[in-house]
Amino acid sequence: MRYTFDFGAVLDRAPELLWGSLGTLGLALAGMLLALVIGILGVVARSSKSEITRAAVIVFVEVVRNTPFLVQIFFIYFALPLMGIRLNPTVTAIIALGINGGAYAIEIIRGGIESVSRGQIEAGFALGLHKADVFRLIVLKPALRAIYPSLTSQFIMLTLTTSVCTSIAAYELTSAAQRIESDTFRSFEVYFTVTAIYLVISSLMMGLFALISRHYFNYPTR
Amino acid sequence: MGPIGEDQFFFLMQGLKWTVLLAIVGFIGGGIFGILIALLRTSKNKVARTITAGYIGVFQGTPLLMQLFVVYYGVALLGIDVNAWIAVAVAFTLHASAFLGEIWRGSIEAVPKGQTEAANALGLHYVSRMKDVILPQALKISMPATIGFLVQLTKGTSLAAIVGFIELTRAGQIISNQTYRPLLVFGIVGAIYFIICWPLSHAGSGLEKRMAKAAR
Repeated sequence: MRYTFDFGAVLDRAPELLWGSLGTLGLALAGMLLALVIGILGVVARSSKSEITRAAVIVFVEVVRNTPFLVQIFFIYFALPLMGIRLNPTVTAIIALGINGGAYAIEIIRGGIESVSRGQIEAGFALGLHKADVFRLIVLKPALRAIYPSLTSQFIMLTLTTSVCTSIAAYELTSAAQRIESDTFRSFEVYFTVTAIYLVISSLMMGLFALISRHYFNYPTR
Repeated sequence: MGPIGEDQFFFLMQGLKWTVLLAIVGFIGGGIFGILIALLRTSKNKVARTITAGYIGVFQGTPLLMQLFVVYYGVALLGIDVNAWIAVAVAFTLHASAFLGEIWRGSIEAVPKGQTEAANALGLHYVSRMKDVILPQALKISMPATIGFLVQLTKGTSLAAIVGFIELTRAGQIISNQTYRPLLVFGIVGAIYFIICWPLSHAGSGLEKRMAKAAR
């Protein structure tokens, strides 16, 4: 069998792919921000005095990390309306992404804070630094630097995961691809092109994250 | 609303069988090609290193769902009459080989240089040096990450549902549509994944902690 590739049919729909890409970036960005908020709140709750709060955070993290995102997004998609909350699929997708990414962020941020040794904090106070300065300079910045690589690679994974949001018809690149596929029947060409677009997006993000790291965390440790 | 009875549960178990099979096939197939990729990635040949780095980069930089679609329709273009099961298994094998290859590259490089030098000094050639000296140590170092990836892969098999392959998640979708009880059905489906993945995750992180302690 001979097959003639026809990428023209796909390229004709370039504007749709562009809007889809922007949708993906928007989903990813909103998901990351929500994940960060959940991550920080989760770490605070994880060190709470109440045993129930601590246990709840641990259960949340374990459940989210040990079930597929696709099942999570279906669950949330059907659960929200039952709670009387009606949202459009894209907002639902952001919530699902935030919850998923948040569980991973909790573990990453916790590890970073634990990596700052007690002695350094005491040394800061001994030097006469204010509480705010100790937190900003001695706890926050080194902790940020420690978690930066894992947090950013988690963010890139989150960006790639947004493609699963097509299952609830959120507005993003993969759902655009599926629309184009059902119109043109050029399945391979569509998905090949879109895969390449994802590769560009994730490479650009990696480059950007590396650039930020070189600017902000470029100081010697010893 | 319909009840979730024996029939529905049996259907879910049928789906679970395919989920487990897909994960196992992907892991074994990915393991075989992954070791090859790890060896090429750490070889002296620059071309081999560049090609495998590109291979790993592409699979780590694109969504698993897109990889499934491209392989699924790509295999069909080859003109071979393949069923969905083979196409999906091939996609997971390729995916796993890239990730395992990268994990194992890291562990091969984590084996102290002195080991290679000592093996060379003893006159061991490449095959024996790798098989008897480097890889056994690398395997041990890689265990936590390898188990972690197995969990990722098991969860990842759920995406085969979007391609239309009936595994656990797709079976759940079908039953949910029949019974109109999405929360109950996806709750059960999620619980089944959890029962498989959680012990693996725990084994992996337990191993990691023990190895971190031993290294100190």
